[in-house]
Amino acid sequence: MENGYYLGVDVGSVSTNLVIIDDEKKIIKKLYLRTGGQPINALISGMKEIAGLPGEKLRIDGVGTTGSGRVLASVMIGADEVKNEITSHAIAAQQVVPGVRTIIEIGGQDSKIIILRNGVVYDFAMNTVCAAGTGSFLDRQAARLGVPIEEFGSLALKSTSPVRIAGRCAVFAESDMIHKQQTGHSTEDIVNGLCEALVRNYLNNLAKGKDIREPVVFQGGVAANVGIAAAFERALEKKLLIPEHHDVMGALGAAIIARQKKKSSGNFVSAFLGFEAANREYKAKSFECSNCSNMCEVIEILSDSRIIARWGDRCGRWSQQANARVSDGGFKPALEAGCT
Amino acid sequence: MKITFPHLGNTYICVKALLDDLGVQYVIPPFNNKKGLELGTKYVPEMACLPLKINIGNYIQAYRQGADTILMAGGCGPCRFGYYCEMHREIMRDIGYEMDIITLEMINGNVSELFANIKKLAGGTSPLNAVIATIRMIKIAKQVDEIEMLAFKIRPREKIKGSTDDIYKDFRNKVFLEKGCRRILALISRTREELLGIDTDKSFQPLKIGIVGEIYTTIEHSSSFDIQNRLGNMGVEVDRQVTVSGWIIEHILKKAFHLPRKLEYAKEAKPYLATMIGGHAQETLGHTVLYSKKGYDGVIQIFPLSCMPEIVAESILPKVQVDFGIPVLTLIIDEMTGEAGYLTRVEAFIDLLKKRREQRNDLIIKPAF
Repeated sequence: MENGYYLGVDVGSVSTNLVIIDDEKKIIKKLYLRTGGQPINALISGMKEIAGLPGEKLRIDGVGTTGSGRVLASVMIGADEVKNEITSHAIAAQQVVPGVRTIIEIGGQDSKIIILRNGVVYDFAMNTVCAAGTGSFLDRQAARLGVPIEEFGSLALKSTSPVRIAGRCAVFAESDMIHKQQTGHSTEDIVNGLCEALVRNYLNNLAKGKDIREPVVFQGGVAANVGIAAAFERALEKKLLIPEHHDVMGALGAAIIARQKKKSSGNFVSAFLGFEAANREYKAKSFECSNCSNMCEVIEILSDSRIIARWGDRCGRWSQQANARVSDGGFKPALEAGCT
Repeated sequence: MKITFPHLGNTYICVKALLDDLGVQYVIPPFNNKKGLELGTKYVPEMACLPLKINIGNYIQAYRQGADTILMAGGCGPCRFGYYCEMHREIMRDIGYEMDIITLEMINGNVSELFANIKKLAGGTSPLNAVIATIRMIKIAKQVDEIEMLAFKIRPREKIKGSTDDIYKDFRNKVFLEKGCRRILALISRTREELLGIDTDKSFQPLKIGIVGEIYTTIEHSSSFDIQNRLGNMGVEVDRQVTVSGWIIEHILKKAFHLPRKLEYAKEAKPYLATMIGGHAQETLGHTVLYSKKGYDGVIQIFPLSCMPEIVAESILPKVQVDFGIPVLTLIIDEMTGEAGYLTRVEAFIDLLKKRREQRNDLIIKPAF
């Protein structure tokens, strides 16, 4: 039989990415979309778009989902593997840069550092209570300055004299930046100052105490920003490797994980519901359970007004009920995400 | 006098048993939930730590059910907890809910004040009765902790998922139907039997994770999104050395009677943090070393945002990680109820530990030349 293809889906807070790889783990198709706070819609339009991309109709042999919306994506399209984004990113980076020892990943709402040794994740950190060192921070400040985010990085490279901006907290940074604007600093210098502030924040908070060794891979949506990459290289005095598909590394990792699963089990049949799944109508509803003092916020996912999944309850009262009802629908309880 | 007290894991079981035997009226606040937290955050300074916010939520709910006196433990270490009883009093007064507070504490090892407070609590009962009830309460505290630890061991090994949770939850609810130490002790032994009766996979070798960190967020599962039990359901055996009974016995009783204390953790923490800086910083460091020596796969540190002693421990832990090669994940808890970010980290941490164990096993089977 001819080799099939694998689909990786990364539903993040800022972007929803889809990747199709072939049996050689090469990216055949990729898609980067803005989630815009509506993961269901983003995923549906992504599925439609990637199915309609030029090329023959591909047979999907495995599906992996990742990102903060991974469980949602898995019930909507039928996934074989639901993996956290840290593991997915690490697997993708190792594929692209064998022997990678440090991964700097900056996404929309979170940033991570992953340390690998001997091909295994050795240590990692993810920003905790604050979004100061992330893409959202840059997005917001770029909007304030009236600079399109795509031009932000190249503008920073034009800076001639450094401007120091506090990067500890997005609120402080903003007032600091306004102050610098008012005193007459050029936009280039301020933009560069923001890049350096983000890098400083990242290295002081996330990477604190971590041994950053080469090769260093820089990925995530923010890796497109040449200003940030340059600021990292200056601060670390190390060369950064930016993969060609840096913006969809999570989805790539998920696809590779799905491929691994297929390869390691003999007569494996994918749970994929097909690209047609995107033609259904999906809705999410939530309610507060009043059965005990936990007062869980239960989320219900409906497909063509049929409940396909529920989660959010700690006791399993609702999720188990939903799962029993759709036992024929190919939905697998998302045990790994701790949602039962 | 109608007593109430803050929730802290299974402490309500011990305190309920004690107050039952002393014949004191009491109100147990509803188990911690969003409503209580909302009430607490409304009245507590924003910069205060999460436990204080939950405590105040408990008191407000209990006051509305008729409680007029708060019973709580005190401390005089450098952690903010030492002045929480005064904070509680002042905040409740500001809200307009005047409540009396009985604090069980020993300032500078002064035992007489502790006994005076116990006497105040005991009211009409004879001193002998009070002593017997207290001894029984300590026994209950110990056994309740043992039940929790037993559940930690059984949960990852159970054949039918959810069996442990069902029995454990049932136990926590049934306590309300039992009155007095004797009956509660009987309930505990019945529960122990039930837990031991669960069908388990004896050959399964679960990952082992030690839980360290600040006492409230590690013991009160609701404040740390039930992570310890969830780890169990993900097939991980957890252990936690900081317990309520340990605190009563080691920090109060042994100090009061000048008995030698179990300080193994302090010895192990010494190269990293030689003095007690408050809270459980030394415990966090010392237990991390001990877990590593006992062959645990990893350690998770949990503490509420802005907890000084644990911040100190957190910044020293990377050194322990390097020296002993044990992975540590730090989770900082605040008012956020969104759990996705935490679960992502915990999941990735488990992946990391699994891979490390595989690699270690590979090395044992075929040594790398």
